[in-house]
Amino acid sequence: MAVEILKEKYRSKVGEVVLGATKDQGGTRSHTITVGGESALPFLHFEGEIPNRPVLALEVWDMVPGEWDPLFEKHYADVWSDPGAWAKKCVEEFGADLIQVRLKSADPDFGDSSPEDCVATVKKILEAVGVPLVIVGCGKAEKDNLIYAPIAEAAAGENLLLGVAELENYKAVTSACMANQHNIIAQSPIDINICKQLNILIAEMSTAMASRIIIDPTIAALGYGIEYSYSIMERARNGALQGDKMLAMPMIGNVGLEAWRTKEANTSTEAEPGWGEQEERGLLWEATTAMAYLQSGIDIMVMRHPDALKVIKANIDDLMKDNSY
Amino acid sequence: MGLTGLEIYKHLPKTNCKECGSPTCLAFAMALAGGKASLDACPYVTDEAKEALDSASAPPIKMVRVGTGDSVVELGEETEIFRHDKRFFHPTGVAVLISDTEDATAKAEKFEALEFHRVGMDYKTDMVAVKCDSGDAAKFKAAVEVVAGKTQKAMILMAEDPAVMEGALAVVADRKPLVCAATAENYEKMVELAKGKGCPLVVRGKNLGETAELVEKIVALDYKELVLDSGARETSKVLADLTQFRRLSVRKKFRPFGYPAIAFTSKDDPREEMIQAGVYLSKYADIVVMKASEKQQLLPLLSWRQNLYTDPQKPIAVEAKLYDVGTPNEDSPVYVTTNFSLTYFIVEGEVESSRIPSRILSVDTNGISVLTAYADNKFSAEIITEAIKKSGVEDKVNHRKLVIPGYVAVLKGALEEESGWEVMVGPREASGITKFSKDNFA
Repeated sequence: MAVEILKEKYRSKVGEVVLGATKDQGGTRSHTITVGGESALPFLHFEGEIPNRPVLALEVWDMVPGEWDPLFEKHYADVWSDPGAWAKKCVEEFGADLIQVRLKSADPDFGDSSPEDCVATVKKILEAVGVPLVIVGCGKAEKDNLIYAPIAEAAAGENLLLGVAELENYKAVTSACMANQHNIIAQSPIDINICKQLNILIAEMSTAMASRIIIDPTIAALGYGIEYSYSIMERARNGALQGDKMLAMPMIGNVGLEAWRTKEANTSTEAEPGWGEQEERGLLWEATTAMAYLQSGIDIMVMRHPDALKVIKANIDDLMKDNSY
Repeated sequence: MGLTGLEIYKHLPKTNCKECGSPTCLAFAMALAGGKASLDACPYVTDEAKEALDSASAPPIKMVRVGTGDSVVELGEETEIFRHDKRFFHPTGVAVLISDTEDATAKAEKFEALEFHRVGMDYKTDMVAVKCDSGDAAKFKAAVEVVAGKTQKAMILMAEDPAVMEGALAVVADRKPLVCAATAENYEKMVELAKGKGCPLVVRGKNLGETAELVEKIVALDYKELVLDSGARETSKVLADLTQFRRLSVRKKFRPFGYPAIAFTSKDDPREEMIQAGVYLSKYADIVVMKASEKQQLLPLLSWRQNLYTDPQKPIAVEAKLYDVGTPNEDSPVYVTTNFSLTYFIVEGEVESSRIPSRILSVDTNGISVLTAYADNKFSAEIITEAIKKSGVEDKVNHRKLVIPGYVAVLKGALEEESGWEVMVGPREASGITKFSKDNFA
């Protein structure tokens, strides 16, 4: 019996964004990474193009991440006092597609390192690895606004992904990206209207920047509101495919950071024997969070546990197989 | 579902006899469309019209039940492609697979012990699948007997040889197991078995077309307690087929696909298998059968199921009361927040990571967040004061210091006056709590 396959006809597609630049393109990366470009819902190859596979970054901090669960020591303690070596291990040993550098030490409460220190860290990582970089500040707007411009300038030509821009604080980072042709993370608090509004404001500052935006819709971890961000992302992606230009950007999420804030990832086996073995539970908590966002349309995920990255990479391999009828 | 009054009217006698209680047939049709009347009220409606209207008003995906009593699992009757359009209704049945070639007793005992408690809820697996890998009818029957003796949960019997199925089914038929599976080769015999015992039946094709064809053949044998399996086992292909089942039934009312769907994992690595099961659970499987049975594997999967099947229109609330974080004493700090579960759990997580035992007073704001509740006057000085009194916190601590969310700093004066407590303004975002508590309470 012939079944008439239902293929959605979409009017539009997600824009493509290239991260990084090789020597020929004015940078020093060994290769570039292209994200976005989908003209179908996640992995429904039968109705459109999924030209670029979702990519996975690992987190590198510019200081020893004292707040991480002690179980990470065996994976990172040998390198986490040296961001360059840390990044190298993530790429060479763990297979990260990208590195996300978090300039945590710029935080006035965590060392208050200077913009010059931050620039030095970024340069060090650029030298240590060839993959494109994502750079984010410490999360305190007043301080981050002082570091965006020097970093953007020092890494001119590298085609970074720099962030984050928020509705109340987007001008400094947008200007820094505009002046040196970097890409920008536009972060909105699980709210599709604010997401659009911020993209419009950035595009108003510079039309060229409109095609350099990566949306961070703010993701929650499994068990802590994941369904809200999942649905916001599904709506954003549907909007993009139906022709809403201000939603037609690739999306990024801090999966590792969020998953490893949860009780389920951080509680020891002894404290909760009913939940099973901690490290396996924690990395699957992270991987399950990632799995769900892949199904709602994410393009870049920042992971933390090397084995969570590995299992999600295998899942992406499987999902990228053609399923045309 | 979705028939208009005029479409219904075409099938009515159009005599305006009034015997149904409505003044005209058209008025009756309108009442039917609005769900305010039942077709039984019309004494003259023909059988053909009745059948046409019944099938047109049937839900796009039939409800199928597996198991009996407290262990029954209801599947199907889904109406949406995206949860944000309304909601998903019947959570995916998560089934653990036991082979008749492994130690069925041990695995069944382990399965039965799988229950989790987190964030005030109990999670559990709801089905157990027993599979004939031995090819031996006696062995399969014995394994089914063992598992049935260990658990009351809904069962799936997996064997394609009707002779093997028959023996095992005889043992547990009164528990209404899911018979798995009818194929192009065996369907007549399998339908006879399942129908004879009133048990639901998996229809397994080699692709979508063959599955549809097989469903039609089985429906022609007058059996409709069906569950679909397109036969695909590769992640990407299964995702596509499950999407087609859901889309064609919901959007096109394609009847052969108007049944719940089952998916089977194929990965051997337990982590990969868990993630593969997660993909199927996310995208439209009504049952997922997996080998994994460790707590640390099932807890994340069952948590995702719980999250995915919540009603997006309903804010989720935690019980409004005083919560202990760690083991607080009479000097421990007291935080106040709303009973919106997302807010509460984030605050709880941050307070916990401060490693300073504390109490959190969750105020009943009808499950809405801090700023919204404040704007709506549900998080006012009076309401917080009342919550303080009711919670009994005044008997539990010696001090009178309360931490409020930074977003409602403006409440400080009024709340101090109303409650008599000293109010400390906390950070605006929960992420600042760890530092705040170390600075103030360490």
